[in-house]
Amino acid sequence: MSWNISRGVLATCIIVVLLLICVPLTESRYLIDLSTEILVYALFALSLNVIIGFSGNVSFGHAAYFAIGGYANAILLTTYGWPLIFAFPAAVILSGVAAAFVAYFCTRLTDIYFAMLTLAFSMLVWAIAFKWRSVTGGDDGFVGVTVPAFIDTRVPFFYFTLIIVTISCITLWLICHSAFGQSLIAVRENLTRAGFIGVNTRLMRGIAFVIAGTFAGVAGAIFAMYNRGVYTESAFWAESAQVLIMTLLGGMYSFFGPAIGAAALYLLERFSNEYTEYWPTVLGVILLIIVLVLPEGLVGLAKRLKTRFMGGN
Amino acid sequence: MTVLNTSNLTIDFGGFVAINNVNFSLEGGEKHAIIGPNGAGKTTFFNLITGHLKPSRGEVSFKDKTITALAPHKIVKLGLARSFQRINIFPRMTVFENIQTSLIARDNKHFNFFSPGSAQNREETRELLELVGLEDEFAEIAGELAYGKQKQLELAISLAENPTVLLLDEPTAGMSPQETSVAIALVDEIAKARKLTLLFTEHDMSVVFGIADRISVLHHGEIIASGSPDAVRSDPEVRRVYLGESDDAAA
Amino acid sequence: MDMLLSSPSFAFIQVLNSISLGMNLFIIAAGLSLIFGVLRVINFAHGVFYMFGAYIMYTVSKDLQLGFFTGVIAAAVGLSVIAIIVERGLFQWLYDKEHLLQLLLTFAIVLIMGDMAKIIWGTDQLSVSYPEGLGGASNVGFTFYPTYRLMLCVVGPLIFFGLWFLIERTRWGRLTRAATQDMEMLSALGINVPIIYVTIFVIGSALAGVGGSLAAPINSPTPGMDATIIVECFVIVIIGGLGSLWGTFVGALIYGFVFNFGSVIVPNWQDVFAFLLLMAVLLIRPWGLFGKPEQEGH
Repeated sequence: MSWNISRGVLATCIIVVLLLICVPLTESRYLIDLSTEILVYALFALSLNVIIGFSGNVSFGHAAYFAIGGYANAILLTTYGWPLIFAFPAAVILSGVAAAFVAYFCTRLTDIYFAMLTLAFSMLVWAIAFKWRSVTGGDDGFVGVTVPAFIDTRVPFFYFTLIIVTISCITLWLICHSAFGQSLIAVRENLTRAGFIGVNTRLMRGIAFVIAGTFAGVAGAIFAMYNRGVYTESAFWAESAQVLIMTLLGGMYSFFGPAIGAAALYLLERFSNEYTEYWPTVLGVILLIIVLVLPEGLVGLAKRLKTRFMGGN
Repeated sequence: MTVLNTSNLTIDFGGFVAINNVNFSLEGGEKHAIIGPNGAGKTTFFNLITGHLKPSRGEVSFKDKTITALAPHKIVKLGLARSFQRINIFPRMTVFENIQTSLIARDNKHFNFFSPGSAQNREETRELLELVGLEDEFAEIAGELAYGKQKQLELAISLAENPTVLLLDEPTAGMSPQETSVAIALVDEIAKARKLTLLFTEHDMSVVFGIADRISVLHHGEIIASGSPDAVRSDPEVRRVYLGESDDAAA
Repeated sequence: MDMLLSSPSFAFIQVLNSISLGMNLFIIAAGLSLIFGVLRVINFAHGVFYMFGAYIMYTVSKDLQLGFFTGVIAAAVGLSVIAIIVERGLFQWLYDKEHLLQLLLTFAIVLIMGDMAKIIWGTDQLSVSYPEGLGGASNVGFTFYPTYRLMLCVVGPLIFFGLWFLIERTRWGRLTRAATQDMEMLSALGINVPIIYVTIFVIGSALAGVGGSLAAPINSPTPGMDATIIVECFVIVIIGGLGSLWGTFVGALIYGFVFNFGSVIVPNWQDVFAFLLLMAVLLIRPWGLFGKPEQEGH
């Protein structure tokens, strides 16, 4: 089985994982928290890219599955007292099922209507979370999530997150580089042509959507425990917009791009908030730069610089 | 033996009847050209056959199986492939990947999550690239190739499906006379080697009369003549449509 | 609910409320629909344009005391200027790029202009007074109804008629309609296509500004009002059909009725209605009541 990963990329991944393993050794609460959050968002962004970068559709409502994963996990753990081993997978499966439901209808539509429907659905999830106070806590949020004892403290939780996210990333990587993944890229590149080589493009896009939703659910489920609470903001369109920007900032045409974008945006936001309260403007300017100058994101920029300085192939 | 057949095929775009009651049949093993002035409906006709458009009336059948308005990916699986007038390739993939992905789809491996994409059908991809003369460009990004080479890639993708019937929509569009004769020689050779039935549209008359066994003439969405090259060449209606029109243009 | 059934004047007031809400929304949504019809882009910034219209009305009529009508004009002019800057400065570089990038550009505008509004006008809710003469209530038969809202019921159809005339009966309108069909052809015929783009963008944005200025007395200018309005506009243009003027008109009325009667019959759930309606339309008939189905495969 010859999975084609370049040695440079593989080495970088291993180094990153090793560095992450060492983070708790710094004993810096700030750094551990930061790393946990970045890991969650990296997975969230990677999952969205299965839809955008790999199958060529746009979702404005990816936060829905993040929120469903979060709320489901929180509710099962806390309200129903399920052990993590059942609650977590159940939450993830629920996200996947929701994604399947939406995908069935979305894939019938083209571009803009597809995006609108994903947005409508995620706002519906938001509205339900908002109104269904008895179950979700409404706009006060679902607070006091029961976190299992073995990951109840900062460092064990970090390693738990690291393990789950790493396994998820490896799985996503394998999927995206499999025969399925390559065919999905063809669907993105030329929808008509993909049909004319015998690919059921609607089914492919649907499966991609479900995969994306499932892993967003994983990210959401982790975050619910980390945050010890789930809030309606998780389903709001602003959350979907943020993860979309992360994906694009990093680079939608590369597998790891979105993870890089998640880290970059997250750090930029933290940094910007130290100096100004106008993060939206900063974000807007970043977006303008991406859109006008760097549509291929940071990874695209890196590739261009590499060609420039190393001269050709 | 008839491999492709349309009966009473019609499409009405809200008042504009682009294809009007076309009864057409394609015989196995032949090289059949469809010619006609611009706007005659040649591409529309192809789109109707290959499931890209749904007809308002009429039927299309392929090897005795009704395929009217069947989804394109299902028609392809039956053995009918097409190339496009405007280049329709996978621009950001390499030439190699373009072919490889087509072969993956042909073998129905596109739902396979467990095998790496890059390892599939490598040998066969190489062979196909050699067949169309693109073996040197295998690592190039498809969208950056020269136009003529993109056309070759276009052809290779259509062939990857192992079709029995190949529809070529203006295969030499935009080519110089030299490129045209090279491309057509290639198509002819491949058709012979793989025993393909060929249906193609063309403007270049030298191509048409060079390799076609039979010619059909499409005008305003209707077939006004169909037969051997000599028969069509001397058909008065055809002459009127072509020569009559060029007389008007000159005036 | 019982009130509706037992009191005809209450019901009648709700009907008028629905119509006046619908008409106000129509003015705004028409701009969005127009821009999509020609430029094929959903302008997310339409909401902040509306918000700026409301804020401009505040500054002109309250701060500078120049009068309500002046405020409306100022909103139209102000948004036109903004639109020209946005279109020529940013948007024109993206016409041949992917739609996603265009959408993100409009979203960037939302972020930046949203903050600009906070800087210029602060974060408190501001209040705009009704114009003189239109502030009271009029006798509409068996009850009294706010005159201002009656004015909206009249202005809406007027603007509809004005737009309809512009699009269907003028040479410029014919060119614009042709532009939606075949941009390249028009350009090859020597028509200055960029001017058409700018003009449409300006008219659409000015409509948002006017809608905002007219809404200001009812919906006090406040941060975040752009988010509410853009969702309502989406619902309306999707129901009516993107790019269809008549569709936007009908869609706005439908929305007005659903929202109003919804909040009377099932209070507190009206926001959910909007999304349910949106989803229903997208699932059953995505191109809306008066739109055209688009071909798959692009």
